Amino acid sequence: MDTTLLFQLVLNGLIVGALYGVVAMSFVLIYKASQVVNFAQGEFLLVGAWVCWWLLTTWPIPFWAGFLVTLAFMTAFGMLLQVIVLRPLIGEPVISVIMATVGLSIFFQALMKWIFGVFAQPFPPIFAVERVRVLGLEVQSVYLASLGVSALIMLGFWWFFTYSKHGLAMRATAFDQQVAQSLGVSVPRVFAMSWAISAVVSAVAGVVVGVVNGVSSALSFYGIKVFPAVILGGLDSIVGAVLGGLIVGVLENVAQYVDAEWLNWGNMYQIAPFYALILILLIKPYGLFGTRNIERV
Amino acid sequence: MSETAAPASTVRGMPPAPLLEVKNIEVVYNEVILVLRGLSLSVPKGEIVALLGANGAGKSTTLKAISGLLRTEEGEVTRGEILFDGERIDGIVPDRIVRRGIFQVMEGRRIVSDMTCIENLRLGAFTRTDGDVRRDIDMVFDYFPRLRERTGLAGYLSGGEQQMLAIGRALMARPRLILMDEPSMGLSPLLVKEVFGIIRRLNRDLGITILLVEQNARMALSVASYGYVMEQGKVVLDGAAAALAENEDVKEFYLGGHGAERKSFRNLKSYKRRKRWL
Repeated sequence: MDTTLLFQLVLNGLIVGALYGVVAMSFVLIYKASQVVNFAQGEFLLVGAWVCWWLLTTWPIPFWAGFLVTLAFMTAFGMLLQVIVLRPLIGEPVISVIMATVGLSIFFQALMKWIFGVFAQPFPPIFAVERVRVLGLEVQSVYLASLGVSALIMLGFWWFFTYSKHGLAMRATAFDQQVAQSLGVSVPRVFAMSWAISAVVSAVAGVVVGVVNGVSSALSFYGIKVFPAVILGGLDSIVGAVLGGLIVGVLENVAQYVDAEWLNWGNMYQIAPFYALILILLIKPYGLFGTRNIERV
Repeated sequence: MSETAAPASTVRGMPPAPLLEVKNIEVVYNEVILVLRGLSLSVPKGEIVALLGANGAGKSTTLKAISGLLRTEEGEVTRGEILFDGERIDGIVPDRIVRRGIFQVMEGRRIVSDMTCIENLRLGAFTRTDGDVRRDIDMVFDYFPRLRERTGLAGYLSGGEQQMLAIGRALMARPRLILMDEPSMGLSPLLVKEVFGIIRRLNRDLGITILLVEQNARMALSVASYGYVMEQGKVVLDGAAAALAENEDVKEFYLGGHGAERKSFRNLKSYKRRKRWL
């Protein structure tokens, strides 16, 4: 048994898992604030990464500038999406809203393929040093940076929801919209804000993944990987989303290792999280941290 | 209004400037259910006004019409107007109304139970942009010292503490008018006394005008300077609080049975005269 390899895989899992956690957090953010299950979460990564890639390859600007412009673009993108597509659907049946987000997902995937083509495109190199050694393990420096970015985003989320008044207003809206309004919170604005934040944060993850693996439509697969993560953590728990993401990240890497060593079933990397998803739904349908609460139909 | 209407604090002969004026409003829920039918009332600046009435008379609806929260329940003011400080506020979204200085403490307290006391208080200050929030939190704790020690989630507070937190949260917005919906609901008599003592102090110390909806008519009239009695969506009786408290009909229907005419508990059924003004 190759322990170094296992260790390396767990580390990889944590790094990728942190990204899943970030995307899962932004998924939960939308769900908590506006009760929308967003099937287009992966497309936020996709759009963000393509926009950043386009900026960097078209204009002679440094990475950080392109990155900031991307974030500004995604803020407007998320907000407009909410105002134009989701706001008219407020009060409509859940299934209509879900179908709308599925539609958005398909639309943006096709749009990105139409504009940028179907082939993966590499980002221009950002780091001078390709790899560094940490604890005797070989790690790509982009991976390390990605871990740092994920941690920063999580810290930012924690600060936002604990200390900023807009974060508190968002929590109040998630708790009870009428109460929030009685306190002077504008609920439509909270909805728009939650979509904007979610789009921005997902786009950051998208750019990070794009830098590591190149930009392609495979990015939107993160939107699907988010489901096992949030179901594991509980649909409405931000801490749960982070933990769920980490667990899914480690799980798929370890599953791949187990598969390669003993099972030889193939492709466990992609599928293991969904086996886990089925198991969780059977055993603990509210997830690890979710609210135990079923709406009776 | 009756001739005893002038509140104590106004100069004799000068009509008090009403801070809030509700003129002949009609409220319809779901476009069909008529709840308020030509209701008028006025709340003078710096006073406590009580709004009394039986269940379903439309008291809470009146408050929601003023605060704009009606629209979150598919309700709508279809006729009449509501003036706050001389400006029309009916038809404005609730968060704008809060910014103008009207804050509703909703029935059943409605604190955010998965937040701490301090987070609830900071939420109350959501519409403010000045930096005095921390000082005001201290002020609220001075009014409600028992909240200071409660560091856990607000959902674990007792009913009385939750009511205090709800009132404290209202104070954080620095409103000019607080609409209070049944602050005594579900509280022990001792706590009711405490809460009403605080309501009186808030009015006296901070000069906050209060429109008070209450089932506990005796308590409400003891702190209010003026009162309205509602029935089936209309004001049927109004007058100075002291006069209302002495009114025979009010005594009988809202202050509970008492006095010489009932020494025995026999024939309890025939005792309750069902008088209606409408």
